[in-house]
Amino acid sequence: MLRIRRIEEEIERRYHQDQMKTPIHLVIGQEGTSVGACSVLRTTDLVYTSHRTHGAYLAKGGDLKAMLCEMHCRINGCAGSRGGSMHLIDQSVGMAGTSAIVGGAVPIATGAALAAKMKGEDRVVVAFLGDATTEEGVMAESLNFAALKRIPIVYFCENNFYSVQSPLATRQPPRDIRRWAEGFGLPAVAVDGVNVLAVRHAMADAVDRARSGGGPTFIETPVYRFRAHGGAGDDSKSGYRDEAERMAWEAVDPLHLFAEFLTRDSLLDVSLTQSMERDIAAEIAEAFEYALTSPNPVEDDLYRHVYAD
Amino acid sequence: MPWDEGLVNSLVYDKPDPAEGRVVSYAHAINEALALALEHDPGVFVLGQGVDDPLAMFGTTRGLHTRFGADRVFDTPLSEEAMMGVSTGAAMNGMRPVFMHNRPDFILLAFNQLVTHAAKFHFMDNGRTNVPVVIWAAIGRGWGSGAQHSQAIHGMLLGVPGLKIVMPSTPYDAKGLLLSAILDNNPVCVFEHRWLMKKDGVVPEGFYRVPIGKGIYRRRGNDVTIVGASHAIELGFQAAAQLALEGIEAEVIDLRTVKPLDEAIVLESLHKTGRLVVVDTAWMKGGLCAEIGCLAAERGYSDLKAPIARVGLPDVPTPAGYTLEQFYYPDAARIAAAARGLVRRTGPVRHT
Repeated sequence: MLRIRRIEEEIERRYHQDQMKTPIHLVIGQEGTSVGACSVLRTTDLVYTSHRTHGAYLAKGGDLKAMLCEMHCRINGCAGSRGGSMHLIDQSVGMAGTSAIVGGAVPIATGAALAAKMKGEDRVVVAFLGDATTEEGVMAESLNFAALKRIPIVYFCENNFYSVQSPLATRQPPRDIRRWAEGFGLPAVAVDGVNVLAVRHAMADAVDRARSGGGPTFIETPVYRFRAHGGAGDDSKSGYRDEAERMAWEAVDPLHLFAEFLTRDSLLDVSLTQSMERDIAAEIAEAFEYALTSPNPVEDDLYRHVYAD
Repeated sequence: MPWDEGLVNSLVYDKPDPAEGRVVSYAHAINEALALALEHDPGVFVLGQGVDDPLAMFGTTRGLHTRFGADRVFDTPLSEEAMMGVSTGAAMNGMRPVFMHNRPDFILLAFNQLVTHAAKFHFMDNGRTNVPVVIWAAIGRGWGSGAQHSQAIHGMLLGVPGLKIVMPSTPYDAKGLLLSAILDNNPVCVFEHRWLMKKDGVVPEGFYRVPIGKGIYRRRGNDVTIVGASHAIELGFQAAAQLALEGIEAEVIDLRTVKPLDEAIVLESLHKTGRLVVVDTAWMKGGLCAEIGCLAAERGYSDLKAPIARVGLPDVPTPAGYTLEQFYYPDAARIAAAARGLVRRTGPVRHT
């Protein structure tokens, strides 16, 4: 979580330099859900996400250099410079697909899990989605189908209460997303998204269910993004959300909560924190240097991989 | 729809010569291709609304669910977009789904998944993931189904990079192209025509493929080129027969694949005849007619002895009844008239 936070902060700090010419959607504030969810997955399990990819990519074991190369549109990016920040796709770690269309990756994840089931593979698929995804028709279609076929998938809904700058209350009637999902005939649970261990436990249950042939689960995790929907910095001052609301959520920053927990249990102290910070800072500096000195694609690269052989 | 069945039954096609081989119907040829693919590769599965019902998608899927099991040949919820996404996700993970629709119109519900996802992933992840999915649909005419059940959508899809589109005209090609489509590592749309389903043809037993992206000469002639695919070829033949009685020899090119287009065969024929009639089962504007017309203008300009003629649907939605349909669809007489007009045109085309 600390690593993801520091990476995101460095991306944010450098973003105005215009070397990363890619639309970014920072995950700061939502590290607990990314890490909690991916911490119970194997490399062979697959993750599909929306446009907010950084947290899931890193938590799933993605390579920081490949990620930063992708964000600098370099040929050695994880998607060969074709994806950018919204499409950190990397089959080597099971970051299997992303979509910049809200809900777009959900049925694809469902199909990936159907394939795993048909082939008898011991593989679980996780579809990361947001609160707004539950407004898309394809989400309802996917839940219906997954419940019908008992597909080994976890629908992991990070409810951060906003779609860009549109609050949940202007988009959905006052009811729990969890209960909405339950209506499709699959287990649905809600878990505190700022508590990484609670997320991990809920996810472990869901993944066990999927692995043992028990079919899909829907998990709703209320959580908050501390930054703007897209780009660097916070946009609360524009008036679409209360600064007081943001500050209340920052008071329960998942990173700090987990650090407090670890410190209380004597699993973390100042010197360990300092050493982690040092290692992370060095890794980040090296990865940016690597990305910035990596080669650009050439014109011929444009025409590659339109069709598969 | 008894009148629809009666109409298809009443269509008269040239009878194949049984001496040339085994004769089966177009629908049966498709059924054989599906069965062979299911048998050959455990990754193949067939899904779609009604693929296991007694109507069996015009007979093309008859018996497959009992032979291969309900896990591999299954009915779906009425969720076209999700099922297109499910097919895409399964294809990205080692399966070869064949997603069937009994009208192309239903594919419009799945455009987000087809156009924005299935056609893009191979490019987006730098070639690491393939998306070997087949999207199958049959279009008809004269079935009174109107504006929302009779849309030929291949023209809309021509401009989507990453897609392939095949439109067979014979039972032989229906089987061979479907097998090629299923074995292809890209999303392939297969558009069939309702009016061809009962057409008989010589079809070999067992496995064979017709290559995607290759057109074929169906008739040779020196005076005018008639180019199209699917049911348009049947009409083109009828037109060519009429024209022959008048001393005009038409060359008929069956594109078989409309994306990627076999540009070479069109240009080769145009170089010989200098006259081009493009026939399509879809709208003339912005579609196959427009694309081939542009190809001729860009790369066959010096060969043109006459303007390019298009014969397809007017820029009008499909009417529901036979009363208006008679003015709507292309027929052999219109194709022949267009070809005749080009051949009898007096004076050269001015290339300035």
